Order: sequence, then structure tokens, then C-alpha cells
Amino acid sequence: MACTAFAIIRLRNLFSVVILSGIFSLLAASLYVLLTAVDVAFTEASVGAGISTLLMLATLAITSEYEKKSERSTLLPKSIVIVTGAVLIYGTLDMPLYGAADAPANLHLIQRFIEESGKEIGIPNIVTSILASYRGYDTLGETVVIFTAAIGVLVLLGHGRNRWRPGKQPKIARDEQEEEV
Amino acid sequence: MEFPGLINYWIVVVLMMSGFYIVISQGNFVKKIVGLNIFQVSVFVLYISMSKIDGGAAPILDEAIKNYSNPLPHVLILTAIVVGVATTALGLALIVRIKDAYGTIEEDEIIVQERNDS
Repeated sequence: MACTAFAIIRLRNLFSVVILSGIFSLLAASLYVLLTAVDVAFTEASVGAGISTLLMLATLAITSEYEKKSERSTLLPKSIVIVTGAVLIYGTLDMPLYGAADAPANLHLIQRFIEESGKEIGIPNIVTSILASYRGYDTLGETVVIFTAAIGVLVLLGHGRNRWRPGKQPKIARDEQEEEV
Repeated sequence: MEFPGLINYWIVVVLMMSGFYIVISQGNFVKKIVGLNIFQVSVFVLYISMSKIDGGAAPILDEAIKNYSNPLPHVLILTAIVVGVATTALGLALIVRIKDAYGTIEEDEIIVQERNDS
């Protein structure tokens, strides 16, 4: 995964960048399977690797396929990234070891979910019962966010009379409107 | 220290920093969005690593299994993935509009155009 990320930094052909990001998502999905998060892996493979890549390819079709070489110096970003990374790694030294059953995150609530959710909800998949029942409002909020994003996309790319359509120059669109009036 | 130790978290930091680097150093907007996605995935991996318990099975109830991974981070990340795609879609729509308005998706060229206009 780190290799794909570095390749994305170096490459200038945006098409390969997008395909690499799809591969990156797929690798992430297989990592989730190894970490026993099967539901997350399923979502990442379909939504992350599938729909995102598709959306980005559609954008590339409308815009350009090559990135121009940047004139800016990379010294400042590099130093910021290295300092931040060092601080974050220092922060991880306090974290519980990977796979520890007594980590604070694994002590509360979870026992109850594991013992009771089968009886209370009647679904064997604990993730589903938490998602749809115990944290139902959270999921409602998520759908509101998606709805808002959909409205935003429609407003930005809308095909109404008063909108400039993607792929047309603004000036032409304005002229057409004046002709119609 | 035995093998897995904290290595998962260090990989997360490396991924997160490469995403961050793409966002702040590259001028192309599509590439910035890809960088944001990498950053996002690194946060997901952080949460999922925290939820893993040694010998724990996937959180699907079965009589024979006593030890499960922590299902709560899985739920949070499921929500986050879907919201992430929604924000990606919005960002890409903005890029299409920027292309319409300026004829380019390079940040440097847009700054030059703005300077010439004013």
C-alpha cells in the first residue's frame, strides 16, 4: 500500500494515478479482511474501489489527463510532513499493542453488544445490528450527509436553463440564454 | 517487542503523511482529491487495527466462537467510508465547475489568472 501511495506522488499521468488509487482501495479492502472487518472490506471494495474510481475517471474525461509540472519548491511541504510524521510516531508509542484484548477501546460496551445483541435484535451479524439499531440515528445522519452532497453535486452540475453545462464555456452558455430570451 | 507490536500504527502514519504531502505540495486538483482519499483510508486502517483482538473472529455470532473482534469501530468506519465517497463526489463536481470557469485544473495557473484579472 505504501508503494502505491509513493507511486501516486511521483506520477504525472492522472489516468494512472486514478487507477493506482483504485488498486490502493482494493489493497485496503484485503487488509480489512485480514483484520476480520469483513463488512468494512465489502463496503471499501464496492464503494471505495468501484464508485470513487468511476467518478474520478468521469472527471478526467471532462477535464485533462496530464498534470503540468509544478514550479513550486517541495522543501517546505517535505519538512512539514516529516515533522508531523515524527510527532505522530512519538504519539503511537503510548498506544496499546496491536491485538491487545485489554486495550481501553475494547473494554466498554462491547461485551454487552456481543452478549445481548443476538437476543435483542435477532441478527447474527453484530455490525449490522449496531449500525441499524443501536446507532440508528448515526446512520440517519449519514444519509442526510449523502443527501446534502447529492444536492450539492446537482446544484453544481445542474442541467437547468440557468446553469452552465459542464464542458461548455461560460460565455457561450450566456449567449445562448440571451438568444432564448 | 514481539512482531506486530506497533508496526500497524507506523504504516498508518506513513500513509497519512504521503496523503498529506500530496494535498499540500501538488498543484493539480484531481491529485489533491486522490491525496485526501489516501489520508482517509489511513484513518480507516488506524480504527480497524484498533478493533482487532488476537484470535478474535469476525463479529458474526456463532455458538462455537467465544472471541470476537470489536464491532464498534467497524460500524463507525462503514459510515465514514460512505460519507467519504459523498465528499469526493462533491469535490470532483467542484473541479468540473473550476474547469468550466478557468479552463484549467492547475492551482498555479488559476492564481496567475486571478492576479491578471485584478
